[in-house]
Amino acid sequence: MAGECLPARRENREIKVRKSAGWLPWHDFLTVTGQNDYPHGFTNELIFYQFMEATGAEIVVRCLAEEGVEFVFGYPGGAVLNIYDEIFKQNKFKHVLVRHEQAAVHAADAYARSTGRVGVALVTSGPGVTNAVTGIATAYMDSIPIVVVTGQVPTPAIGLDAFQEVDTVGITRPCVKHNFLVKDVKDLAATMKKAFIIAATGRPGPVVVDVPKDVTYHTTDFEYPATVEMRSYSPVVKGHSGQMKRAVQMLLEAKRPMIYAGGGVVLGDASEQLAELTRLLGFPITNTLMGLGGYPATDRQNLGMLGMHGTYEANMAMQHSDVLLAVGARFDDRVIGNPAHFAREQRRIIHIDVDPSSISKRVKVDVPIVGDVKNVLTDMLALLKQAKEKPDVAALNAWWTQIELWRSKNCLKYNRNSPIIKPQYVVEKLWEVTKGDAYVTSDVGQHQMWAAQYYKFDKPRRWINSGGLGTMGVGLPYAMGVQLAFPDAQVACITGESSIQMNIQELSTCKQYRIPVKVVTLNNRYMGMVRQWQEFFYGSRYAESYMESLPDFVKLAEAYGHVGMRIDKPEDVEAALKEAFSPALKERMVFMDFQTDQTENVFPMVEGGKGLSEMILAEEL
Amino acid sequence: MSRRHIISLLMENEAGALSRVAGLFSARAYNIESLTVAPTEDATLSRMTIVTVGSEDIIEQITKQLNKLVDVIKVMDLTEGSHIERELMLVKLRAMGADREEIKRTADIFRGNIIDVTESTYTIELTGAGSKLDAFLEAIDSAFILETVRTGASGIGRGERSLKI
Ligand SMILES: Cc1cc2nc3c(=O)[nH]c(=O)nc-3n(C[C@H](O)[C@H](O)[C@H](O)COP(=O)(O)OP(=O)(O)OC[C@H]3O[C@@H](n4cnc5c(N)ncnc54)[C@H](O)[C@@H]3O)c2cc1C
Ligand SMILES: Cc1ncc(C[n+]2csc(CCOP(=O)(O)OP(=O)(O)O)c2C)c(N)n1
Ligand SMILES: [Mg+2]
Repeated sequence: MAGECLPARRENREIKVRKSAGWLPWHDFLTVTGQNDYPHGFTNELIFYQFMEATGAEIVVRCLAEEGVEFVFGYPGGAVLNIYDEIFKQNKFKHVLVRHEQAAVHAADAYARSTGRVGVALVTSGPGVTNAVTGIATAYMDSIPIVVVTGQVPTPAIGLDAFQEVDTVGITRPCVKHNFLVKDVKDLAATMKKAFIIAATGRPGPVVVDVPKDVTYHTTDFEYPATVEMRSYSPVVKGHSGQMKRAVQMLLEAKRPMIYAGGGVVLGDASEQLAELTRLLGFPITNTLMGLGGYPATDRQNLGMLGMHGTYEANMAMQHSDVLLAVGARFDDRVIGNPAHFAREQRRIIHIDVDPSSISKRVKVDVPIVGDVKNVLTDMLALLKQAKEKPDVAALNAWWTQIELWRSKNCLKYNRNSPIIKPQYVVEKLWEVTKGDAYVTSDVGQHQMWAAQYYKFDKPRRWINSGGLGTMGVGLPYAMGVQLAFPDAQVACITGESSIQMNIQELSTCKQYRIPVKVVTLNNRYMGMVRQWQEFFYGSRYAESYMESLPDFVKLAEAYGHVGMRIDKPEDVEAALKEAFSPALKERMVFMDFQTDQTENVFPMVEGGKGLSEMILAEEL
Repeated sequence: MSRRHIISLLMENEAGALSRVAGLFSARAYNIESLTVAPTEDATLSRMTIVTVGSEDIIEQITKQLNKLVDVIKVMDLTEGSHIERELMLVKLRAMGADREEIKRTADIFRGNIIDVTESTYTIELTGAGSKLDAFLEAIDSAFILETVRTGASGIGRGERSLKI
């Protein structure tokens, strides 16, 4: 019976070669070094080899160790075998073998989202890279710092349609912050350093380092630079003092102020500064989907999420504010609705963002402040404390009275007496059972919106989801990345029966590494988000949105060696969650299949093309 | 209101840098009227001139997005100040009999040089702003034109206005 891992054979063939130097025909070279998956046609090429300090593969591995990388999420293949061989020989970081390269990148991305450190993925050339692209684009859209090392065919083979060759730099160019093709092993260490710097600084983002196979066995002196100069790269850090003064002045003059805080607050680790500023001013605040947790959700000043599925009070306050402070948020189309409608009301806008191109892109701004949000907020706090003027209390009181009126609509209410499980109820109970202290990942769809609306995040980096690209399938690999980073934390993946199937194979990875994530499937047998649009805008013609032939998720979980639960009745929801998070199952991966109301919709909702204040509310239907 | 802008930039002279700029323009659906690039006196730097058309908002985004590219060192919108714009054009013309004199006269008026002559053709070299080159082509009977090749505009600021690192 198969099932046992073969014993490793530790023989070092390359030692023999290492001692000499000189010219070798390509063919012999590949034979000697054990490379046999090279493309044909190079047998007459001569290659100079002089073995010195380290091979390219060693350099990659040592750079990762120098960066303090804890986990590399990856999948091997021909082009990266030398790198894998070096991984085998080291113990500085742990390699996590996923079951699909997309999941490797998602897991690295979630590691970065939850820890604030750079996530790392390693994939082979060709299909390894194309599988990784969705993960890279997902990280790109949400500005997540990751470094993806990709294998490439040997440099002499590039451009010859070699086996497993794709133009990695070309394919990934539009969805990376930057990418590199390393053609010379001498450039490898500095390139790795640059990759980490670029990924993590300024507006963060994914960086791809494409390493041809021959570069991984060429050698050079290895020294990992402490830093590298890049004359073409210098993100702005400090805000402009004049602009910040104007901003503070404007805030103090406001009658109907509003703070709109986005993912930049989380990415820039500025939630403390944001909280201090917001409390000092006494202003209402709203978070974008990406900004959740950037300001405590349970705080009275927080009006909840805004946007397409934002709360009534947040969207109304946003629309009717006279001074808007946007912090690390990019006026996304899912957030402001129709920009022409948004512009109908007069308001002055202050916009803090580290990326100048985020400012005045979709909405004209009066006071742009380019800089890192933490620095800018710290400086603005100092200015505020020095200012002689104080916020206009009378105006603020009137504004809060209005806001409370909007809030009293209780726009997130739902039927609590339903005999069918309401998805909102599951999320609320999850929040209770985990005492609001879990890391929650989600997939994409209605369940994502309910997670955002009903799990009240009080801390940053707890809510891990794909906002910009909206990638179904992220939930499970995201949960893996988070759980590995925080082995003792409660990690829940709120998902749908459709999304979970997009990376279901990762249950196997969870088994191998004993990753005890808890999957909360809100199973409505539909691509609910698609079905909702079809109900509203396509005359209830549910074209291809019904998920037929679903697997028995309980058996499936068990087949992968996990615990499966199916929950059909509202009265069983709480007990199931409690059991899943009980000490007895702390070490186990638990898959909960909640059979939820198929007809439930996400409210409030701003239809495409409509204004923010033109929401459809649950009661209106 | 859309206007024509000439954007100059300095970037690392590295493989792939040009495709980052070209890719940016196509991915974000910005117009490119022309794009020229060559290394500078410092071989590690390339200088690029891009002629584009767009509203103020779009041009602002274009310069911000260009600046954001990691390989790009400096960006300048030449059309924001006084500047000089030049383009080189080579035109091959059917030139026979009496037409030869006529074509030569027109070339002289436009300060063009005849740089290749055969019994039946002239090849003329012409530099100037794009509009001057257009005017030349309009002045010549289109039936004579066998081939034209233009480099696209290069631009430089006047006086002390320079794009340097
Ligand atoms: C099904 C679905 C429904 C959605 N519905 C909604 C919705 O109702 N409401 C909603 O809000 N979103 C919704 N989204 C998400 C939406 O698509 C966007 O992803 C999201 O609104 C963007 O959030 P953000 O503006 O905070 O920007 P982010 O994408 O988080 O960008 C962060 C910004 O901060 C800047 N930044 C980064 N680091 C720093 C720093 N250190 N200092 C200063 N600035 C920094 C960046 O340059 C960038 O401009 C939905 C997504 C999906 C998939
Ligand atoms: C990879 C991918 N393909 C398609 C979509 C479009 N899409 C958005 S939500 C959704 C349905 C999600 O269904 P499910 O996971 O069951 O969640 P529900 O909406 O039912 O909660 C689809 C198909 C997407 N976001 N991502
Ligand atoms: Mg569903």
